[in-house]
Amino acid sequence: MATQPYKWRRDTDGLGVWEHRGKVAVAGFGHSPVNRRWDETSMDQTLGAYSMLACELAMEDAGVTPDQIDGVICCDSHIAGSSGGTASNWAPRPYFEPPYDSEWGLTLVNGDWLVKQLKLPNVKYAPSNVPTIGEMLGLAAQSIADGKCTTCLVIYPTGNMEGRYRRGGENAQDHADGARQWTFPWGNHGGNDFINIFPHNQYCLKYGGTHDDVAPFVINQHRNGLLTPWGYNASSGMVQLTEDDYVNSRYILNPLRIFDCDRPVNASAAYLVTTAERARDMKQPPVYVLNHSQHNFTQRTTQPDLDEIEEWTDRAATRMYEGAGLGPADVDIFNPYDGYSIMSQFFLEAFQWHGVKRGDSFAFYADDIRVEGPHPFSSSGGNLGNGRTRTAMYTDSIEQLRGTAGPRQVTIRAETALAAFTTPSSGGWMMFGKHPS
Amino acid sequence: MPKIIPAPDDLSKPFWDAVNEKRLSVQNCTACDRLQYPPRQTCFACGSAEMLEWKDVEGKGHISTYIVIEDGRLNRRMPDQPYNLALITLDEDTSVNFYSNLPGVPPYEVPVGAAVQVIFEEVGPDQLIHEWQVVD
Repeated sequence: MATQPYKWRRDTDGLGVWEHRGKVAVAGFGHSPVNRRWDETSMDQTLGAYSMLACELAMEDAGVTPDQIDGVICCDSHIAGSSGGTASNWAPRPYFEPPYDSEWGLTLVNGDWLVKQLKLPNVKYAPSNVPTIGEMLGLAAQSIADGKCTTCLVIYPTGNMEGRYRRGGENAQDHADGARQWTFPWGNHGGNDFINIFPHNQYCLKYGGTHDDVAPFVINQHRNGLLTPWGYNASSGMVQLTEDDYVNSRYILNPLRIFDCDRPVNASAAYLVTTAERARDMKQPPVYVLNHSQHNFTQRTTQPDLDEIEEWTDRAATRMYEGAGLGPADVDIFNPYDGYSIMSQFFLEAFQWHGVKRGDSFAFYADDIRVEGPHPFSSSGGNLGNGRTRTAMYTDSIEQLRGTAGPRQVTIRAETALAAFTTPSSGGWMMFGKHPS
Repeated sequence: MPKIIPAPDDLSKPFWDAVNEKRLSVQNCTACDRLQYPPRQTCFACGSAEMLEWKDVEGKGHISTYIVIEDGRLNRRMPDQPYNLALITLDEDTSVNFYSNLPGVPPYEVPVGAAVQVIFEEVGPDQLIHEWQVVD
């Protein structure tokens, strides 16, 4: 099943309009339930079981049968990474009966495992070393456009077990090597919370405002999350976050609070991606891919500053708009990444959605950003509103363009959508359209 | 509690050797006339490897901004919580920055914009790290 190295990324400046714009479409999606953690006993709630369920729901949504699937793109990386510790690894405990006789299916899922479990007879394309959801929908779109497969399942599992998230592995060591030698001794574990909190502080100083000005955005993310039936908040009986809840919540990296951070969960999501031509014969209205773009910028010194973050996000926006042949005024739905609330303003301003320029975000947040209002920013509720699935941004975009977002359905035009799981430095963007051009 | 101990590699060894001699020495690209930290194999700006040299710097800087770590992920530092983590810009090249816990400055009482001077702190046997102290 392994494939040769394949140059599929659109990750440089000046590539022009994507030559396959509108020729690939998303025809289905499926979400598993979203649990806080796998309880380590319910075998129908493992990461593998949830990924199979998500695939079955995506195929059902599209009206596709297993024999029609000829591509499987599954992110096989561990969401908690090498710092995961007990929250991410089953080992060294004894395994179970097949198919749970190794980490595969418990804390890891890949294409080969899924093909076998789902009994997909005609898969000819199941690459390994698949990137995260930030890039994998782009990989799927390009792969289909290049003829590597025609009907592809794209799966993103996000695991979480008992134990504090990312409190093990390298984070528990007394020594720091590699890039960590420049951050760990002073207490910085090197995550996106640290990467963005310093520029966020500089943002407040440069443009005016305080961290509490993020509150309306966080609260609205929770509101949108409660309007998303499959999400963690809505399915777990969470109540609406209030401003008092937010400002009185405990700090993690002061001024970053607990409610500025998404909640790790155990869940999986799948998308059915195919050619536009085939999608038109499937069950749902196609949601066309108008462009995919990626970026991986290198920081100059120890810590990116605000200038660097703004430059990176400007370049990512330029790449995406150029590839889609669209501009800020053309984008109806905007679902940027919000895993830490403090990075969303950088994306909003770079893409100038609804005319928001540098330094305008806090005033924009204080305006009407509800889904029923004139500026339905991040209508998905993102990861703050749904848990760390990293997929809400994509699913909401698809639903908004289909017109099936239910109580989250925006009242403004919904014909184009931007969605991303990306940090300012690395990741990717997707532009979707209700129409192929 | 002790801080986490850096593990030098071939690229970083000259830097940490200098720190252990209580010198702050960073890479300097003689082609670009730019300082570079952390060290890389090539110049970030021009890509040259040959034009990179090690250069001792005065070790003067200013506090750009800071956070207070109240619930970090690094086990060894948890007993220190809450503690400051400041961003220091180097006066000789303000595009170069460093982290500091600002020894002697109580949590939340960081004088943003204040001048600082490099100091050296022992974190393990025969291993110092560079820290920064507010200049009165």
